Amino acid sequence: MDATLDVPVIRVTGLVNRFDGQVVHNGLSFEVRSNEIMGVVGGSGTGKTVLLRTILGLRRPQAGKVELLGHDIEHLSVAERIALSRSYGVAFQSGALISSLTVAQNIQLPLREAYSMSEDALDELVQLNLSLVGLAPDAAEKYPAQLSGGMVKRASIARALSLEPKLLFLDEPTSGLDPISAADFDALLLYLRAELKLTVVMITHDLDSLFRTCNRVSVIVDGCMVTDTLDGILENTHPWIREYFHGARARAAERAAHG
Amino acid sequence: MQALTLNRQGDDWRLELHGDWSLGAMGRIDPELRALSGPLSGTLVCDWSRAEHPGIGPVWSLLARLADIGTPQLALRHEGNPPHIVQLLGKLQGEICTADGKRAVAIPPHEGAIAQLGRWTVLQGTEGRAVLAFFGRIAAVLGQSFTQPRVLRLRSIVRHLHETGVSAIPIVSLIAFLISVVVAYLGAQQLSKFGATIFVVDLVTIAVLRELGVLLTAIIIAGRSGSAFAAEIGVMELNQEIDALRAMGMNPIELLVVPRVVALMIALPCLTVIADAMGLAGGGLLSLVQLHIPAAQFTVRLREALSPTTFWAGLVKAPVFALLIGMVGAYRGMQVRESARELGRLTTMAVVQSIFLVILADAFFAVLFQQIDF
Repeated sequence: MDATLDVPVIRVTGLVNRFDGQVVHNGLSFEVRSNEIMGVVGGSGTGKTVLLRTILGLRRPQAGKVELLGHDIEHLSVAERIALSRSYGVAFQSGALISSLTVAQNIQLPLREAYSMSEDALDELVQLNLSLVGLAPDAAEKYPAQLSGGMVKRASIARALSLEPKLLFLDEPTSGLDPISAADFDALLLYLRAELKLTVVMITHDLDSLFRTCNRVSVIVDGCMVTDTLDGILENTHPWIREYFHGARARAAERAAHG
Repeated sequence: MQALTLNRQGDDWRLELHGDWSLGAMGRIDPELRALSGPLSGTLVCDWSRAEHPGIGPVWSLLARLADIGTPQLALRHEGNPPHIVQLLGKLQGEICTADGKRAVAIPPHEGAIAQLGRWTVLQGTEGRAVLAFFGRIAAVLGQSFTQPRVLRLRSIVRHLHETGVSAIPIVSLIAFLISVVVAYLGAQQLSKFGATIFVVDLVTIAVLRELGVLLTAIIIAGRSGSAFAAEIGVMELNQEIDALRAMGMNPIELLVVPRVVALMIALPCLTVIADAMGLAGGGLLSLVQLHIPAAQFTVRLREALSPTTFWAGLVKAPVFALLIGMVGAYRGMQVRESARELGRLTTMAVVQSIFLVILADAFFAVLFQQIDF
């Protein structure tokens, strides 16, 4: 395989993000390894989405360094940045499907920008991506407004997968899904990781999802990141982490995941 | 370099894949796949040993094409370090096959002209009824307000009066002023040929008071407030705020629509008076500067040109225009469903339709006033 394997897929060091004097991230550091599912957890307002936006280069941090697939995202030319953005896929919290395009056109959008291929080939790739995320072929001609919440989430992942990325970012993928859809979603994630050798960074509040899918968990507390395996996090003595992972809901989720 | 070669070996087939098979090479691979012809039967061996970086998309396309041209009996075997994804994709292909072995492809239904006409007719019918119902609900609230003045939300009306009326004064004044200058200027050019430049005063007075003042104001307000009504109410609809109001037992027509319509019906006549004044000022200024008609002479001539009804013939139209603009804006806003695209479409529609209705109503008034000699 390639030499980049032992380089972490994402390495964030000393990240500082401030809004009007309010410090969100204060020297936050963490690493994501290849082919793992990393769960990112934190209370409301601890800057999970801000972290995602910073890693994606949508927000410039006040200090710190973000390396994505071995590239420092601060020091990239426009062409390099575009090339890099094609190696990862993002599914935003609300789906962020373009509302004036059908699902098929949404999936084709990045493909058309990146490569030249015939309409038939594009249609075939739409079918591929829809069946990868478990959507029926007839979803292709629908507009985002005609889809249910769960279908929007799947369609946005289908779009994120269309350029065959090695890295996938998910922002609260199971929020607003019923438990059955959420469980299906966990299965989909595990399956994509196994079959497509994906690395996944997932912001989530869904404890079931965390226990079932994540290899490691990162918790944002006090502007810094605590990263450990699930078992390690469960042993952690920080009061917020204890409360989060040992509350009544967490214990129920843990029991469900481990039988 | 070719991406694939298909060779026959007795009853069986051997497909050799060469070179770059990543997603980026799809544009090159796809035509070659489509050039393959069938039907293929027996056993087909795919040799992946010389394919580089096989991507998911091209592998999928290959399998799809083989499924299309192969007979159902075709046995597929992969050799030479095939990509691990092959199995999964083969399984997914199988899942989207229909019972008769063909791949399910979503074809959007095609509608004939008669079906389209029918759909359009039904749509117009239901829309007509909806508009009538909407008007009825506004009228019901207004009727209720005679016995219960509380349903007219005074605070809300005042706020909308400020937004649609007071803050529109500068733009309405400026436009009325400029247009009447243009009218006076053009009139002066023509009338001077007959040595009748003094009649510019008549022209400006009658044109501004009867038509231009109210019509221009209504068009500006349709663009300014009609669109704002549609957008504000539309966003509330998207945000489920209107559902929330209904669920809390409140009437969104009473809370959102009536205050806006009432405020507009007060604001538009006031703005019309201001536009009339500014229009006359513009005409007077041009007469003074360009035609050397002194202000005193202008006012004397103005009084002679005015009939008792000239001013009222313009002003009486203002509340009607306001009602049209306010209702169309609010109605289109309430129609927004589910998507931001709808919001843009319906806001545009609100402006275009309210301007159209204003001009239509103006034409109706012109005929009416002619008939009753107003």
